[in-house]
Amino acid sequence: MLYFSKWKAFAILAVSAIICLMVVPSLLPPKVYDSLPGFLQRKIVLGLDLQGGSYIVLQVDSNEVRTARLEQLRDDARRVLRDAKVGYTGLNIQGNSVQVRIRDGQDADAAFTQLRTLAQPIGGALSTSGQLDTDVARDGNVITLTPSTAGVQSRTIQAVSQSIEIIRKRIDQLGTTEPSIQRQGADRIQVQVPGLQDPSRLKALLGQTAKLTFRLVDNSMTAQQALQGRPPAGTEVLYSQDNPPVPYLIEQRVLVAGEDLTDAQPGFDPQTREPIVTFRFNTNGARRFAEATQANVGRPFAIILDNHVISAPVIREPILGGSGQISGNFTVQQANDLAILLRAGALPVPLQVVEERTVGPGLGADSIRAGLIASIVGASAVALFMIATYGLFGVIAVVAVAINVGMIFGVLAMLGATLTLPGIAGVVLTVGIAVDSNVLIYERIREEARAGRSAISAIDAGFTRALATILDSNITTFIAAAVLFYIGSGPVRGFAITFGIGIITTVFTAFTLTRLMAAVWVRWRRPQRVPI
Amino acid sequence: MRLLRIVPDDTNFDFMRFRRISFPISAVLSIVALVAFLTLGLNFGIDFKGGTLLEVRYPNNTLNIGDVRSKLEALELGEVQIQEIGGDGEVLIRVAQQPGGEQAQQAVVGKVRTALGEGVEYRRVEVVGPRVSQELLSYGIVGLMLAVFCILIYLWFRFEWQFALGASIANFHDIVLTIGFMSIFQIDFDLTSVAALLTILGYSLNDTIVIYDRIREMLRRYKKMPTDELLNHSINSTLSRSVITHVTVTLALLALVLFGGRAIHSFSVTMMFGVVLVGTYTSIFIASPLLIYLGVTTRTMAEKAEAAGPNAKAERITP
Repeated sequence: MLYFSKWKAFAILAVSAIICLMVVPSLLPPKVYDSLPGFLQRKIVLGLDLQGGSYIVLQVDSNEVRTARLEQLRDDARRVLRDAKVGYTGLNIQGNSVQVRIRDGQDADAAFTQLRTLAQPIGGALSTSGQLDTDVARDGNVITLTPSTAGVQSRTIQAVSQSIEIIRKRIDQLGTTEPSIQRQGADRIQVQVPGLQDPSRLKALLGQTAKLTFRLVDNSMTAQQALQGRPPAGTEVLYSQDNPPVPYLIEQRVLVAGEDLTDAQPGFDPQTREPIVTFRFNTNGARRFAEATQANVGRPFAIILDNHVISAPVIREPILGGSGQISGNFTVQQANDLAILLRAGALPVPLQVVEERTVGPGLGADSIRAGLIASIVGASAVALFMIATYGLFGVIAVVAVAINVGMIFGVLAMLGATLTLPGIAGVVLTVGIAVDSNVLIYERIREEARAGRSAISAIDAGFTRALATILDSNITTFIAAAVLFYIGSGPVRGFAITFGIGIITTVFTAFTLTRLMAAVWVRWRRPQRVPI
Repeated sequence: MRLLRIVPDDTNFDFMRFRRISFPISAVLSIVALVAFLTLGLNFGIDFKGGTLLEVRYPNNTLNIGDVRSKLEALELGEVQIQEIGGDGEVLIRVAQQPGGEQAQQAVVGKVRTALGEGVEYRRVEVVGPRVSQELLSYGIVGLMLAVFCILIYLWFRFEWQFALGASIANFHDIVLTIGFMSIFQIDFDLTSVAALLTILGYSLNDTIVIYDRIREMLRRYKKMPTDELLNHSINSTLSRSVITHVTVTLALLALVLFGGRAIHSFSVTMMFGVVLVGTYTSIFIASPLLIYLGVTTRTMAEKAEAAGPNAKAERITP
């Protein structure tokens, strides 16, 4: 056990050294780091709790997805029935389905066949699952269209993917470094933005659907009258964002929507010097906008963002050039953010913030300092105690543990893992456990010596027997760490990573480095007595 | 040369006799822990309860806690805890979960910001909505159980079933006591505490395995020794290691408790209790004597070895 061939010794030292050296890129200043060749560009990422930043989890509400689908089905059904020239009454959403009564029983068969075409195979036309996203049922003259659960699920997943793209575009505009946007489970999106000072702006950017529409204002009655009585068919009352909010009676029909925008930029109105947002339509949008404004000169139209009226200017002359501007008592930042939202596009469904954790940069720095002090104090105390207890072998243990810690950070850098505050706790705890493996070995050596073995054979047997125990105890601990990693999120995961890596490096150093150092010492001194 | 000698070379404590004291003590403590858990409950942090947490600093001694309190009470947000921390102009504000779903939680931060006005530094803001908090709690519980289960399976493969069962009972005992401790002292129970609990579990197990390993070895070597004596011998021969290791782990944890900062304080304190007090005690005074009750005897082991024939012994002979 105590014999190491030159090659083996060299391999052990080389592996340890290389892993330890992987830490170096993490310590370099950013400029030097960027100039490194690609394979060396691996570094430890500091968690948001250490560098400050925001962690936000957004959720796509599957109820919203269902509602959107129901509204779409209702509109599609109206179109299909109109095209087929079928008379119907009471087409509306009832709970989780769309219901329609066909006026003439003779048409019911034809209507049913037509409406059935609205059900699409899940996963697109090429899908082989054969499942449809909508159940179409008929009971006499009443036809019911119900979005299937699987259909809603697949739409939710789709909505998450689309939302991720749009969120990425929005956040990229903030100009922060290394934001991370990831899918989490079926219906969640996890957003991490390091180093952001003001998370409320981030949340405002993410919390808006940013669905922009241009619609006409209905002048047949005032908004107050509509609120007291019944708004005319095809209109609704929407409010402005002023304080107190001003109600407007708005037609439901959309002249042009945000999808038809090609660009939006913040700017200043040359006359009033107020911040505004200028926009440009694509060909389709420009044509529709020109037609609508030509037909409605003198009437006010409303610019609506997420069911809020931003402004309602009167159409003075037809707008033919395909561009326009939105003014609405913006601050510079509001105009800027609105332009970002319009450029990035609307989210397919509203997203809800279900979790938010923000750490200010000041607290992060304090935590790093606290973690460092604790690590240094803890490590020194342990080192002193080990040397006091075991003398020279204590020194061997301290060297082995120090290399062990270097290797933990090296592996973290190689994996590009994130170091969090609980992660630092994991390292400190690993130091404790790494020391245990040395203690196990040394105590075993002492026992073997007391049982009457010669020094060299006691050291040899001590290692052999202790290593079996070390393996057993560390594997069980590793299982706990693996489970932690698997189920954990955030702080728990950060802890599990360093702890798990620490266990592996501990076993490695105990089997190789400590033994190698002991072997070198034995060969050099040829001890008669066990020195511990 | 060895400078410090904490445990003399030839200790010979009769640990097995302690089981007449340690089992009743553990039983009483477990009951106390359970009663505390059932009556006092755990002090769930916002991870599991949902709600809002803000850590705010008033620079240059401008903190007036009464003022903060009256401003926040005017918001009528239900249960609001305001706690001065660190003595450096810092307050921790916890707002209970609001009725009205996810958006209502988000609104809290805005309201508090407006109420507190300018000139304060927001060091930490956490908002956990009702859906997430429930999930986190169930993940936490599932995680604990999954870990115990995996470890049990592993031990069952590596050792006899008695050892697996003994270690599991000992583990369960550790968790119960630690949860009791957290309940009595109302330590924040959040995700980090689950990490602490799992670590305690892993660590205590680590300790138990070291002793079990020795017991197994002794069982192979001394086939005629009475079980009591054999267990005592095993514990005594690993005692020096147990003590030294626990001193080092305590040193490491003490550094965390004293200097690790507030963010991991509840984690460090819990670990200290679990690892240092419970873990060590359990492996020596509970896990090992349990083996007697679970029917590990030298004779059965010997018979088993004979019944299995000479090949069985070759399974694990150390060079």
